[in-house]
Amino acid sequence: MTVETLERYILEHRFFEGLEPAFGSLIRGCARNVRFEAGQYLCREGEPADQLYLVRHGTVALEISAPGRGALTFQTVHEGEIVGVSWLVPPYRWTYDARAAELVRAIALDARCLRDKAERDHDLGYELMKRFVPVLVERLHATRLQLLDLYAPPA
Amino acid sequence: MSAMAAGAAATDPMLPAVARVVGRRRETADVWTLEVAPPDGWAGFAPGQFNMLYLPGLGEVPISMSGDPAAPGPIRHTVRAVGAVSAALAALRPGAAVGLRGPYGSAWPVAEAAGADVVVMAGGLGLAPLRPALYRLRAERARYGRVALLYGTRSPADILFRRELERWRRQLDLEIEVTVDRAAGDWRGSVGVVTRLLPRIAFEPVSSVALVCGPEVMMRFAADALLDAGVPEPRIHLSMERNMRCAIGQCGHCQFGADFVCKDGPVMSYDRLRARLKIREL
Repeated sequence: MTVETLERYILEHRFFEGLEPAFGSLIRGCARNVRFEAGQYLCREGEPADQLYLVRHGTVALEISAPGRGALTFQTVHEGEIVGVSWLVPPYRWTYDARAAELVRAIALDARCLRDKAERDHDLGYELMKRFVPVLVERLHATRLQLLDLYAPPA
Repeated sequence: MSAMAAGAAATDPMLPAVARVVGRRRETADVWTLEVAPPDGWAGFAPGQFNMLYLPGLGEVPISMSGDPAAPGPIRHTVRAVGAVSAALAALRPGAAVGLRGPYGSAWPVAEAAGADVVVMAGGLGLAPLRPALYRLRAERARYGRVALLYGTRSPADILFRRELERWRRQLDLEIEVTVDRAAGDWRGSVGVVTRLLPRIAFEPVSSVALVCGPEVMMRFAADALLDAGVPEPRIHLSMERNMRCAIGQCGHCQFGADFVCKDGPVMSYDRLRARLKIREL
């Protein structure tokens, strides 16, 4: 994949919709194209969160495993969405497994590279925060609703 | 069955007609669909309406019709066995008698949605009152733009009318997206809240009509998501649930602000409901 194509994929991804092209060039320097076959893991719980993924195609299952219960999927991530917010906050460690539920094509962004660039260029950092914080809020809200177990039979 | 009239022609609106169960189908572990022969005088129903089903000695509960309003044959009610009455209803066998009043209440604005995209959002058992609307949308499919069903439920085992949804999806009549709150094992579909499905469908928000039914918390956030997407308040319709007893707007048990849910609802547009949904005491 050419550098130009990679940059275009980044700028066309829904997560980076409307991003200034100059930021696209900065982010592209941390990016590479990746592919996961169904069943492969993008990350495992407890590992360093040194990547994040812009999903271009396919479905990723976010899972937590519990003894005797196996892997429990608590969310799926689809085309146009991202996998990974743990890279934003110390100790930069994955808190779940992310498994390709089918063939997944994605752009992997090197987290340390992105953090370093955001540290040097606070405009880029702010732009990234404006995009990642809504994902965090949305996931927190979704978790709240799932915890309420709205569809359970009335007690 | 002395407390029931011999037919629906009875003039006392509180007197149930005697209807006979003619079929029973298990949908999930605790949800059953009852098929009831229409009593004398039955004139049909509109999608979204409900009946009061009565069992002597146990009580009476409001249950929405879940079958095709245009189809001849039995009236279908989908019941979750959770309380004394609903559990007894779910356990009825063919031949058993059940008291039936109604149909009551307002209907989904299916005919009014002609020419528009239609977004149907269901949560859990809320799919049952929406199914009659889906039958009508499919029956006159050419009259509508894009039609999408977004359905969220607890787990893959709790998906209602699963075979039917799979068949409809294969026939490409509707865009159908299903998500569950949690999954294990071989579930290959989506996991997450139902509102996350909205960005995945193509529709023209400003002119779309949205039909929403599920737990009230789910409906509040579904309405927010639809508004954020650009659907105007009067075009979002929710099916409200309150403690309905008389079903004819007399007893006041289901009062919701200035309305009685049994008579003025259960289907109401969001512009009418918005302020009241934010009053916790209601």
